[in-house]
Amino acid sequence: MTLLDSFMARASLAGLGVALAAAPLGCFVVWRRMAYFGDATAHAAILGVALSLAFSTSVFVGALVMALVMATTVSALSGRGYAMDTLLGVLAHSALAFGLVAVSFLQGVRLDLMAYLFGDILAVGRSDLAVIWGGAVLVVALLSWRWSALLTATLNPDLATASGIDPRREQMILTLALAVVVAVAIKVVGVLLIAALLIIPAAAARPFAATPERMAIIAAAIGGASALGGIQTSYVFDTPTGPTIVCIAATIFALTTMLSVARSRSRESR
Amino acid sequence: MSLVKIAGLTIRLGGQQVLHGVTLDIEKGEIVTIVGPNGSGKSTLLRAIIGAVKPTSGTVTRSPGLRIGYVPQTLHIDPTLPLTVRRFLDLPTRVGDTAARDALANANVGPLADRQMSDLSGGQFQRVLLARALLSKPDLLILDEATQGLDQPGSAAFYRQIAQVRETLGCAVVMVSHELHVVMAASDRVICLNGHICCEGAPEHVASAPEYRALFGTGTQGALALYRHEHSHSHDQAHDHDHSHEAAE
Repeated sequence: MTLLDSFMARASLAGLGVALAAAPLGCFVVWRRMAYFGDATAHAAILGVALSLAFSTSVFVGALVMALVMATTVSALSGRGYAMDTLLGVLAHSALAFGLVAVSFLQGVRLDLMAYLFGDILAVGRSDLAVIWGGAVLVVALLSWRWSALLTATLNPDLATASGIDPRREQMILTLALAVVVAVAIKVVGVLLIAALLIIPAAAARPFAATPERMAIIAAAIGGASALGGIQTSYVFDTPTGPTIVCIAATIFALTTMLSVARSRSRESR
Repeated sequence: MSLVKIAGLTIRLGGQQVLHGVTLDIEKGEIVTIVGPNGSGKSTLLRAIIGAVKPTSGTVTRSPGLRIGYVPQTLHIDPTLPLTVRRFLDLPTRVGDTAARDALANANVGPLADRQMSDLSGGQFQRVLLARALLSKPDLLILDEATQGLDQPGSAAFYRQIAQVRETLGCAVVMVSHELHVVMAASDRVICLNGHICCEGAPEHVASAPEYRALFGTGTQGALALYRHEHSHSHDQAHDHDHSHEAAE
């Protein structure tokens, strides 16, 4: 396994794994207007990181559990008097603040904080790689298995119910997938930028897709290209890798948006 | 056996009592129209039938294996979700190309298969919703103000199609409408709802019932006659037909 001996190769594989899982999930996040929900789940993960460091358990498990707790809390509190964006704003930033305070109690962890906030993809080891790809395969398998039901429930919950689909169960499946992606993506882009990896490739893919499936595939391609391009660019210019990946994705988004605007202009002038 | 048995149904939503003491059976092949003023619980009753809201008390029993075709009042498709008409028909179960083509042709929207759902006109959209609901060969078709946003010839043509669907598929139809004068002609049974069932029966019976008149006034009697007249008038349908072709090209 000489390939995995190179930190660049490990980083590339890690980035690719996260991007491939994040893309189809990101499409649902965009379609269901759950962008803030993704943010809140990701921010909660830093609290999970602090707790798992305190109890010396796996960071992956800690982040996964806290992300799930956050997602369930939001689902339970929604529709109880607060607008969704207010609720998510309160929970997302509270979780982040509590997480940062919790981390400050831990000796010697303060130096690593940046790694959890912005990722440390170049330090990905073989076991991390196994966790990332395990999580990515799980998420992609889950989404492809439930794809049609998820799509129907996203379109209209009553339409889904009438066809014998339980929209709340599909919501739970998305929540679970989101928690897994957050947990495996911490090492790659950090908690602050995970939502970007979900949303930007999906948004960049939208103008070129006629069907939901094509949008997911194009988003995966854009996400993968951003990950690989970002890792190379950060190596050449010596920039932080996680943010560079997001910068590349944002640039692709800007390009595809301009292209689609130009295309619709030329169609109108004809 | 009834397709759906509703017994003593009471539903509270957010502390508000929306429905109380509703008892209603839906039999095979009948067309039931639910009328009632705004906020009378019509949509909630439909949602209880499909199982989207749980009864606070009372029961809703669907016959085992009941296939429901549901046409919602509105279907907002987020602009970020790309969805062609053809792909929409595949939700949630994939259908064969021939079946999809026939369904669209029957709904008079044959040439629209590759269009985006968001590009359709109101009438085309409703026809596609109906085509999708019929693809599962439902035992029970549920329409929630399905003619909202259609003009009068458009909704008349839509209802004629429903009547035809009942003939060919033999499915029961439950629909909700404000437009009593349009619906009544095709209905076997009309249920006048205002939190509870005020009155029910054949269209003529309900239209003359004092409970109904208290809710809607007496003005609709004339409109009922108007519709019957229009029903045999072929100009409306031809016009509607041309229009949908125009829009398709």
